[in-house]
Amino acid sequence: MTGEVLVLAESSGPAFRKAALEAVTEGRRLADLLNVSECALAIGSGLKDRANELGKYGADKVILAEDPSLALFHPDYYRQIALEAIKRVNPSVVLAAATSAGKDLAPRLAIHLGTAVASECTHLELENGKLVATRPAYAGKVLLRVRVNSSPSIATLRPNVFTAKEVVPGKKPTIEQIQFNRPDSRMIVKEFVTQGARKLDLTEASVIVSGGRGMGGPQNYKILEELAEVMGGVVGASRASVDAGWRPHSDQVGQTGRTVSPTLYIAAGISGAIQHRVGMINSKVIVAINRDPEAPIFGFADYGIVGDVFEVVPALTREMKAFYGKA
Amino acid sequence: MRRVPDTAARIRILADGKSIDTRDTEFVINPYEEYALEQAVQLKEKHGGEVTVVILGPEKSTQVIMKALALGADKAVHLKSDKNPEDPGSIARALANELEGLEFDVLLFGKKGVDDDNQQVGQMVAELLGIPCVTQIVKLDVSGGKAVAHREVEGGSITVETTFPAAFTAEKDLTVPRYASLRELVAARKKPIVVKDVQLPMSSIEIVSIQNPPPRPPGKIVGKGVDAVPTLVKLLHEEAKVI
Repeated sequence: MTGEVLVLAESSGPAFRKAALEAVTEGRRLADLLNVSECALAIGSGLKDRANELGKYGADKVILAEDPSLALFHPDYYRQIALEAIKRVNPSVVLAAATSAGKDLAPRLAIHLGTAVASECTHLELENGKLVATRPAYAGKVLLRVRVNSSPSIATLRPNVFTAKEVVPGKKPTIEQIQFNRPDSRMIVKEFVTQGARKLDLTEASVIVSGGRGMGGPQNYKILEELAEVMGGVVGASRASVDAGWRPHSDQVGQTGRTVSPTLYIAAGISGAIQHRVGMINSKVIVAINRDPEAPIFGFADYGIVGDVFEVVPALTREMKAFYGKA
Repeated sequence: MRRVPDTAARIRILADGKSIDTRDTEFVINPYEEYALEQAVQLKEKHGGEVTVVILGPEKSTQVIMKALALGADKAVHLKSDKNPEDPGSIARALANELEGLEFDVLLFGKKGVDDDNQQVGQMVAELLGIPCVTQIVKLDVSGGKAVAHREVEGGSITVETTFPAAFTAEKDLTVPRYASLRELVAARKKPIVVKDVQLPMSSIEIVSIQNPPPRPPGKIVGKGVDAVPTLVKLLHEEAKVI
């Protein structure tokens, strides 16, 4: 008999991550194909009142593990709870968002369960009850279709690729608690330090305004910050500007940085080298602003403006302000 | 450590539609493992000890082994295998088998290979060995028999303290790799390399096919300079419908 679909629904503070809701929605789709029920696993602190929310995204049941010590991801604690939930549910498919926590945890579970993980998937199918995942490799230069031949099949889902949708409005899932008994661990998770004032990670943002070598220096990113602010987006950077020390590595988009797929990606003063291209090519819409009409970025941007970023970007900020009625 | 195609390399799919053509590919040390190796060498310079690199890869890995030795490793173990399985669990089991016989305090990995982009092996090996593992770290402080690692997460970093032995996987910001001098390159030739053939355990993941990503439809140049801005905003709203 085919087992259920289990989805690890990651939270950030007392709310579920958007990427987690995407995973629950996709889990519902797979559960329907397999004709089984979907169970979501919520681990954290202060989630009790939010657990019902997962029902709307398709979960039939929510397993809840709550403790103040679970507020931040702890590999040993989360693994123990996830293994307990897997034992209860006996799933055939386990999904998690490909976040820092999801990518850390899923392989650990695979080792304990004698199975395997397909990482950072962008599409999932079922063939004869087995999970076939599409995942980019070589930073997206190619797409692999891989079959997971062991059970349960585990996959992590790249954020912002799958759609989070309230597929069953008003649905109330059954809630089941897991009693958390803190295991011995040699790791002490101490604290979360936010990076500046930024609210969103690049991988979670729906608008990204990125700057490259053409920005000329760290002080000039202010104009990108202003544009991002108006649009509710965040600022990214090319490898050249990160290696020059203008921006932190956490801002880097590209092969040795973040792979992003926002709704709108605005590249300012970025030439569009392959290293960068592979990190942002799956954005829904790409806008390029560059002085050089021959820059490779114009070869794959949807809309381009040939011009000086120091003139075009502030003008775009003014225009966007007017558009959003913030002027 | 593994060797991977240079990040600037073009990746060609072979006629079988299931494998990558690597005949003309230039291979380098996986960048994330260069950050890890630099961290290992810095720990040695500060606290003493010895750095061993364990490289899993084909016969032809000699060049990257030499580079690792020139960059400050004291010795190398080359686990020779021509296969590069899609299943990281298979790689992790082979590495864990080898590491069980070695004594170490700190086990460093790159957070992922820039070829398969799996990001699984480090934490899998640690689970197999039953030791702590802090993934995607950007800073590692070691003192008084403890390590404090900073792992980069969405919107910030999390500090994790652990005792040894422990594993860590390196994010890009961890270190800035040094360049090997000619003298170090020459000295590397005298450093010991242990070569072992390994059998990789069965892979639970099978490649069905490899495809090129679909091309993006051609875009358009909206115009030149500031004058094009209103048109761009209009197109983003009315045509692309993203604002």
